[in-house]
Amino acid sequence: MARTLAPKSDQDLANMVAGAGKAFRLEGTGSKPTLGNPVAAAQVLSLANFTGVEIYEPEELILEAGAGTKLSDIEKLLKKRGQMLAFEPPDFSSLLGTTSSGSIGGLVAVGLSGPRRIKAGAVRDHVLGLRGVSGAGEIIRAGARVVKNVTGYDLPKLVTGSHGSLLAVTSVTLKVLPRPETEETIMIPYLADQEAVALMSLAMQSAADVSGAAHVPGEGTYLRLEGIAPSVAFRRARLLTLCGKHAAVLAEKDSTKQWQAIRDVKPLWKHRSHAIWRLSVTPSDGPAVAERISSSLDARYFFDWAGGLIWLAVAGEKDGGAAVIRKSYPSGHATLMRAAPSIRNQVPAFEPQAPALAALSRRVKAAFDPRNLLNPGIMART
Amino acid sequence: MIVMPPPDEAVLSRRGDIAAALRRILPHDHVIDAATALRAYESDALAAYRQPPMLVALPSTTAQVSAVLKYAHDNAIKIVPRGAGTSLSGGALPLADGILLGLAKFNRVLDIDFANRCVVVQPGVTNLAITTAVEHKGFYYAPDPSSQIACTIGGNVAENSGGVHCLKYGLTTNNILGIEMVLVTGEVIRLGGKHLDSEGYDLLGVMTGSEGLLGVVTEVTVRILQKPETARAMLVGFSSNEDAGLCVAEVIAAGIIPAGMEMMDRPAIHAADDFAHCGYPRDVEALLIIELDGPQVEVDSLIARVKAIATKNKSRTLRISESETERLSFWAGRKAAFPAVGRISPDYICMDGTIPRKALPQVLRGITELSEKHRLRVANVFHAGDGNLHPLILFDANTADEFERAEAFGADILRLCVKVGGVLTGEHGVGIEKRDLMPEMFSETDLRQQQRLKCAFDDKGLLNPGKVFPVLHRCAELGRMHVKAGALPHPDLPRF
Repeated sequence: MARTLAPKSDQDLANMVAGAGKAFRLEGTGSKPTLGNPVAAAQVLSLANFTGVEIYEPEELILEAGAGTKLSDIEKLLKKRGQMLAFEPPDFSSLLGTTSSGSIGGLVAVGLSGPRRIKAGAVRDHVLGLRGVSGAGEIIRAGARVVKNVTGYDLPKLVTGSHGSLLAVTSVTLKVLPRPETEETIMIPYLADQEAVALMSLAMQSAADVSGAAHVPGEGTYLRLEGIAPSVAFRRARLLTLCGKHAAVLAEKDSTKQWQAIRDVKPLWKHRSHAIWRLSVTPSDGPAVAERISSSLDARYFFDWAGGLIWLAVAGEKDGGAAVIRKSYPSGHATLMRAAPSIRNQVPAFEPQAPALAALSRRVKAAFDPRNLLNPGIMART
Repeated sequence: MIVMPPPDEAVLSRRGDIAAALRRILPHDHVIDAATALRAYESDALAAYRQPPMLVALPSTTAQVSAVLKYAHDNAIKIVPRGAGTSLSGGALPLADGILLGLAKFNRVLDIDFANRCVVVQPGVTNLAITTAVEHKGFYYAPDPSSQIACTIGGNVAENSGGVHCLKYGLTTNNILGIEMVLVTGEVIRLGGKHLDSEGYDLLGVMTGSEGLLGVVTEVTVRILQKPETARAMLVGFSSNEDAGLCVAEVIAAGIIPAGMEMMDRPAIHAADDFAHCGYPRDVEALLIIELDGPQVEVDSLIARVKAIATKNKSRTLRISESETERLSFWAGRKAAFPAVGRISPDYICMDGTIPRKALPQVLRGITELSEKHRLRVANVFHAGDGNLHPLILFDANTADEFERAEAFGADILRLCVKVGGVLTGEHGVGIEKRDLMPEMFSETDLRQQQRLKCAFDDKGLLNPGKVFPVLHRCAELGRMHVKAGALPHPDLPRF
C-alpha cells in the first residue's frame, strides 16, 4: 500500500512537494482511477482536504471552491440559485465502477465535458482561475475571478485536462451560468447512423439552438432544446419539420433523464468487461469511423456532440482495439477510458503525438514539474 | 514612457547579410529593407510608440514561415509577428534589431464546412471576411472586435480578441477549434482540428492570447454559428452609475444573458451623440444598451423582463427598438465612441481593465478622482455584462507632459481594477502597454512560471521579446533563480 500524504494548506503542500524525493500519484475522491496512463508512484498525494466553496457570487457568475469539494455539493448549491456548470459535467461512477461522482478538482484535471459542450463550450471554457503547487514546490496562481481576462498566458486552460501532471490544484474558480428554465427533447427512432448524423448536422445548422444532439444506434436520435418555454415551443415546431413523422417529444422530466444517461455513458454500462474508448472526431466523419471499427472489432457504440464524440465498448482484444481504432479517423483522437490492467499497461491512454508536438509537450511538463514528481507518465509515458 | 530592450549591435551590423539570407528563402520583393518602406510598419494601433523594424519578411506559405524562423533561430535574430497591426497594446511594435514577420499574404479562406459548422482560414484573413464568406447561408463568426473590418484572425488568436457580443458568445479562445503553427525552430505542428476537444495538453488554449511570444500561427479553424433570427436592443438611461450597475447585476441574476450589455457614462454619451447624432438622452449620468437575440418570441419575452428590471432600478428613459434601423441607431453612438472622443480631444488612450461588476460604482468614482489628480478628462465606455471597462483618457500630445500624465492616469486606473479583484486587460492584451504593470497582478513566482512556459516554446527568447513580461530572463536561469526577501538576483539583467 502506497503511503498517502494529505496536506491541509497550500503551504503544507508546497513544503511536501519541495521536499519530496519520490513522485506522487494525485488523488481527489478517487472517482476516475482508470483515466490516463497508470502512474508508478510510491506515494499518493490526496487533495481531499481542500474542500469547501470559498466564493459564490451568482450576479458575477463565478464560483470558487477547494479542489476536493464534491461536484455533487457544488451542483446542489448552484441549482438553489437557478445556475449550473454549463458544460454539463459527467458522472462516470457507474461507467468506471466507483462510488463517487468526483470532486471539482478531478473534473478540471480530466477536462471532460458533457452533451452541452456543443453549445456552451467545454470545461476549459469555464475555468477562469486556479491555484496550485507546481512540481517545483511553488504556489502558483493563474487566471482571475472575472469572466473576461487576457492578462498573461491562459494557464487555467493549460492546467485543465492536464491530469494533475503540471500543478497539484488546490482551488478552482469557475464561470457559472443560468440554468435554462425548461427543456425538452425530440426523439427520432429508426435512423441509421449516417442518416442520424446528417439530421443532427442539419439541426445544428438551423437557428434552433440545439443544446444536445446524440444518436444511440437501435434506440433513437435525440435533439435537446433549452430555454424559456415560449422559445422552446417555437423552436420545437421549427425543428420538427426536419425530423419526419415518427418524431416524438420528451417533456422536461424525461428529457432530463435521457441526457443524464447520454452524459454518464449509460448505453455502455452493461458491457462491464469491455474496454471503453472515447473518440473525438470531425462530426460528419463519425458514422464512417464507427463503421470501420465495428467491421473488424466486436464493438458497441453511440454518438454524442452531433456525431463528433463516439463512445465505444470493445470486447476481447489484447490491445483493447487500439490498433484498429487509432487508424479509423483521418483527424481527431481516441482516449482509453477504462480497460483491464493488461491493456492499460501497454496501450497509451491518449493519442500518441507527432514528434515535434510530443517534444513540446515534454518541455511544457518540465516547465512546471522539472523533477517529474506529479503523476509521472500519466499523459505520455517517459 | 515604456522602454524597449536595447538593440543588439552585433545583429544590426549583420543587417545586409540577414536581408540576403531572407531573400534566399523568400521572393525578392517579399523582403523589405528600404528605410521608407520600413516606416509603414513602425507602429500598430498603439501609435504613440514607433520603431521601424530592422527588416520586414512577408512569407506566403507555411514552408517559408518555417524557413524564416529556422534561420532566425539558428542565427539568434529576434522576430516580431504581425497581422494587420491593429493591436491596441503594442503587441506588434517592431524591434530595431528584429525581423518583422508580416502574415498579410496568408489571405485565403481554405475550406468552408457547413456540415461541421467550421471554416478553415489562413491567418491574414480579416475577422469580418470570415462572416462574409458564410453569411449567404445565414452563418457568422461570433467574436466581433471593433476593428473587425481590418484585424486578422491570426491577430485575433494572438490577442484572444473579444467584442461587444462576447458576454453570450465568448472570446476568440471559445470560438476556435484548431490551428497550424510554426515553432521558433521551424517545426510545424497542428493543434486541434474540426473536432471539439484538442488532445493532450491544451496548447491551443495557451497559444490563444499568447501575443506572438510562443509561435507563429499559419492556419486557423474557427467555429461558425447560425445567425439569430431576431435581435432587439433597449436604450436605458439612469440618473446614476449606481442605478445602472444595479440594473446590470439584476439582469444577470435573473438568469438572462443578453447578447450585449454596454454602458456609457455622461461624457461618453455626449461625445457619441455629438458625433453620431443618434438621439441619446443627454440629461442622464449612465446609459445602457441591452441587446437580446434569438427567436422573436424569446426576444419579446426577455425584453419585457428586462424592462421590468430597469424600471425597478429607477431608469429615467427607456426605448426599445421597433425596427432593425432603430436597433442600429442605438448602436451607432456606441460604435462611434472612439472616433467621437477623437473629435473632442487631439489624442486619447484607451484602457482595458476588467472588474467584478459589483465594483463598478466604486471604480467609476475612483476614476473621477484620478481624473482630477492627473488633470485630464476621461470618458468611460464599458462592456457592462462582463465587467470590461474602457476608459478613454483625453490628452494633447503637443502639450508638455500630457502624454506622460495620461499614461500615469491609465496605470492608476488599472491598479484600481486589480485592487478591486479585477485584471489588467480584458481583451486588448498586455503588449508593451501594460507590461510594467504585470507585477501588480502576478507575484514574481507566477511571472517566472509563465516565463518558464515561454521557454518551453522559445528557448532563446527570440519571439516578440520585450512584450508582456517586465523582466527578460534567460531560460537557463529561470529554473534556478529564487527571490529572497525581495532582493532580485542578476542585477545585470535588463528590467524595463
